[in-house]
Amino acid sequence: MSGEANVRTLTVDGEEISARADQTILEAAREHNVGIPTLCHLEGLSEVGACRLCLVEVKGARRLLPACVTRVEEGMEVTTHSPKIDRYRTMILELFFAERNHICSICVANGNCELQSLALTLGMTHVEIPYQYPQLPVDASHPRFTVDHNRCVLCTRCVRVCSEIEGANTWGVMGRGAQSLVITDLKEPWGDSETCTSCGKCVQVCPTGALFEKSSVGSKVRKHPEFLPYLRIMREEDQA
Amino acid sequence: MNVEELQQIAGSAQEEREKFDYEVNVCMGTSCLSQHSDKIRDAIAKEASACGKSCHVRRTGCMGPCAAGPMVMIEPAETRYGHVREEDAKDIVAALGGEPVARLDPQLGSYFEGQNFVVLENVGHIDPEKIDEYIARGGYEALLKVLTEMSPGSVIEQISKSGLRGRGGGGYPTGLKWDTVAKVKGAQKYVICNGDEGDPGAFMDRSVLESDPQRVIEGMAIAAYAIGANKGYVYVRAEYPLAVQRLTVALREARRRGFLGNAICETTFNFDIDVRLGAGAFVCGEETALIASIEGKRGMPRPRPPYPAVSGLWGDPTLINNVETFANVAPIIRHGGEWFASMGTARSKGTKVFALTGKIQRTGLVEIPMGMTLRQIIFGIGGGVADGRKFKAVQTGGPSGGCMPEEHLDLSISYDALISAGSMMGSGGMIVMDDTSCMVSVARFFMEFCMTESCGKCVPCRAGTVQMFELLTKITKGEATHRDLDRLTELCEVVGATSLCGLGQTAPNPVLSTLRYFKHEYLAHIEEKRCPAGVCEFSATAADTRRGEVHV
Amino acid sequence: MSEVKTLATVWLDGCSGCHMSLLDLDERLIELSSQFQLVYSPLVDRKTFPDRVDVTLVEGAVASVDDLKKIRKIREHTRVLVSLGDCALTGNVSAMRNTVGVQPVLFRVYEENVLQKQIPTIGVPALLDRVCPVHEVVPVDVFVPGCPPSADTIYQVLSELLAGRVPSLGGVAHFG
Repeated sequence: MSGEANVRTLTVDGEEISARADQTILEAAREHNVGIPTLCHLEGLSEVGACRLCLVEVKGARRLLPACVTRVEEGMEVTTHSPKIDRYRTMILELFFAERNHICSICVANGNCELQSLALTLGMTHVEIPYQYPQLPVDASHPRFTVDHNRCVLCTRCVRVCSEIEGANTWGVMGRGAQSLVITDLKEPWGDSETCTSCGKCVQVCPTGALFEKSSVGSKVRKHPEFLPYLRIMREEDQA
Repeated sequence: MNVEELQQIAGSAQEEREKFDYEVNVCMGTSCLSQHSDKIRDAIAKEASACGKSCHVRRTGCMGPCAAGPMVMIEPAETRYGHVREEDAKDIVAALGGEPVARLDPQLGSYFEGQNFVVLENVGHIDPEKIDEYIARGGYEALLKVLTEMSPGSVIEQISKSGLRGRGGGGYPTGLKWDTVAKVKGAQKYVICNGDEGDPGAFMDRSVLESDPQRVIEGMAIAAYAIGANKGYVYVRAEYPLAVQRLTVALREARRRGFLGNAICETTFNFDIDVRLGAGAFVCGEETALIASIEGKRGMPRPRPPYPAVSGLWGDPTLINNVETFANVAPIIRHGGEWFASMGTARSKGTKVFALTGKIQRTGLVEIPMGMTLRQIIFGIGGGVADGRKFKAVQTGGPSGGCMPEEHLDLSISYDALISAGSMMGSGGMIVMDDTSCMVSVARFFMEFCMTESCGKCVPCRAGTVQMFELLTKITKGEATHRDLDRLTELCEVVGATSLCGLGQTAPNPVLSTLRYFKHEYLAHIEEKRCPAGVCEFSATAADTRRGEVHV
Repeated sequence: MSEVKTLATVWLDGCSGCHMSLLDLDERLIELSSQFQLVYSPLVDRKTFPDRVDVTLVEGAVASVDDLKKIRKIREHTRVLVSLGDCALTGNVSAMRNTVGVQPVLFRVYEENVLQKQIPTIGVPALLDRVCPVHEVVPVDVFVPGCPPSADTIYQVLSELLAGRVPSLGGVAHFG
């Protein structure tokens, strides 16, 4: 009945804020314009807590907690930025850049890439740890889309959007550790996939240049992942 | 099944045993079986029937001293023979009732001194595939007592009182875990037994499942009653075919005797167990990854909370304990929580099974009371370092643990003491190293393990372990600088602090502990291009070529 | 007015785009020239690197034995070493060959589909097995991302250095 029971008051970086009980720290912080970096998170998709960039300090917690999956609690004291957290985030970002071949200058997503902008916002000007230079395939067998594994950050947004929104379950992950690869069906060429509906949602949600539309090469096309929340609302209304 | 029936089964099993003058127990655990102990058993049985001796030849699980295998033990005299071969059958049978065969003395010395068998109480005495032999040694008394005399609450009370902590490594209080799951509301709850033992050098859970599977089933049934579950899963590695086979037989036997199924022991309690095979991914020992694997998904961990106690298998409240934890339950119920709590230290109660391996005289499976010192285990039970070499370090806790040097030999084993020494209890692997082990190479070995076992979900573990592995490789090749060492230390901190699950969070531990106790070895590699243990090979030009100074 | 500082620019394995961007400073070059003396550069006619240079801008990755020798010498004689552009910072396009190795690249260029097949060995510096960013070989003081960094960014860097500050480009310039 009363909405008050569902409101939580917490402190974020010393500022007191209110949030709904079902909100995560990330949602509450963003509502109050507190910037927490994210990469695997995307509004409209389930959370996986995999990129570790949204880790925050919560007073009393033994470890850093991912803001994207941690629910707000009454009296919680959250620190989103500190020298230590910033150092960790920079190093995590360096690990992302070093593990595959992210060559921004010749990337189709140059200028519209979430990884690239994270480096900018986190102030990462170079990568201290050695680059791995793995040899990775590019699959351009689909008539409209291409997957370039050199740019993939394994955020699994494509996997999630394909299963949770489109319901096609074309995308999956094979291998483990550094050998992990996003694949279509049972590693068939994308163009041969029988489950793919060619809806292109995976391309729109991909944060980097790993998935792109062939027509966008050289044209600085921005992606539009913001359709997701609207799609969700429309579907819920439909069902109601 | 009621008390009378149980006693009757126990009685007739006992009578069966007493028909024979002698019992020859042949170890048929994986280790002895790999040396064809099945043929030894057949040979002894054939020889015994040929001589007309009244003798029962029994297959048993692991007897402990694996290095002396294949093992044979004669009851009632408890004579042990080691390194037995098929040809020895004749002499063994001939010696029954007389002087033991001297040349087959396994030279166990003080191997059993100070050991205290709770989990392994039946090991070497029963046929793991015969439920009645388990019952004859007090098996299922505890389950019957629980179902007929105790409330779920009082079962949890006994477990809490016992002070039992998770034997899988984390050491979370078992009673508290049970209590949490019991209190969560839910029509459907699950019990899962984690048998995804994957630490290098560890084989405790495998031995328990191979030797005494009924004990694990009984423990799980008691837990199910206590928390209100009706379905259980044993998640066991597919690489343990013998354990899987014996467990499958044991489940069938337990169903036949009415300890699993509907209306167990004529009560309203229903419970059954299925086996699920893991495909050898180390990360599936992590409880949320294990649950995902049982659900048929990719075995990857997810952030907690919600904990499995609240939302586990198929989103229902789930209790996950390790094989050894469940194996402790029946004795606790039989003898009471206080009995269990009387063993061990202030905060670590009972006993712990260790797989003692490495450069040690007597490799094997040991069960010691908590609080015993590392020295007692290594130099007493284990007989010291093999080949008369010098002790250097002991590694516990697998890839999540650490290496402890000689100064820590008098450390009393407990969860907390091991953590403060930079290692951890882990599931019970204990690897002894002598002066021929290079500690940088040891750290590199464990890092390689974590790197290949990382599931790839979160970047610190997926990419961080690769970077750390390469830095360690650089050190072992004599190509590293102080800057590399600093970077290694920093990566340790970041990967430990930011990884999603226990695998990544603890992956730096072998590096951190060797850096803590053996930093001089790292420095010798870096500054002097020298490996103190003589393991690493340096080529003078290697460093230059890599930096590009020489190019042909 | 601060005293005149010496400035050098070097061109390792890169496309010269960063130098083009430097020239894009246009009239600001005149302003800077009163405070900087350009002592060594592909743009001026001097063959040896001077003994003491205040600021050196390095374009390009370290890709050959020559690059390696040069950058070591330059580091020794430079007070503030600036990695200019993505090649110096990340290896960028120059480092793309690292995924396949030197030999396949040489084969592709000088043997496959070529009439006079020969891999040049005389008079050209040997290639390193692995192209690397400058800071992997010598310590670097300032990192300027961009492919190329914009003229404005370069101007900002040089102005800061003139004012005696070590600029940080974090949050200002991005890769690519």
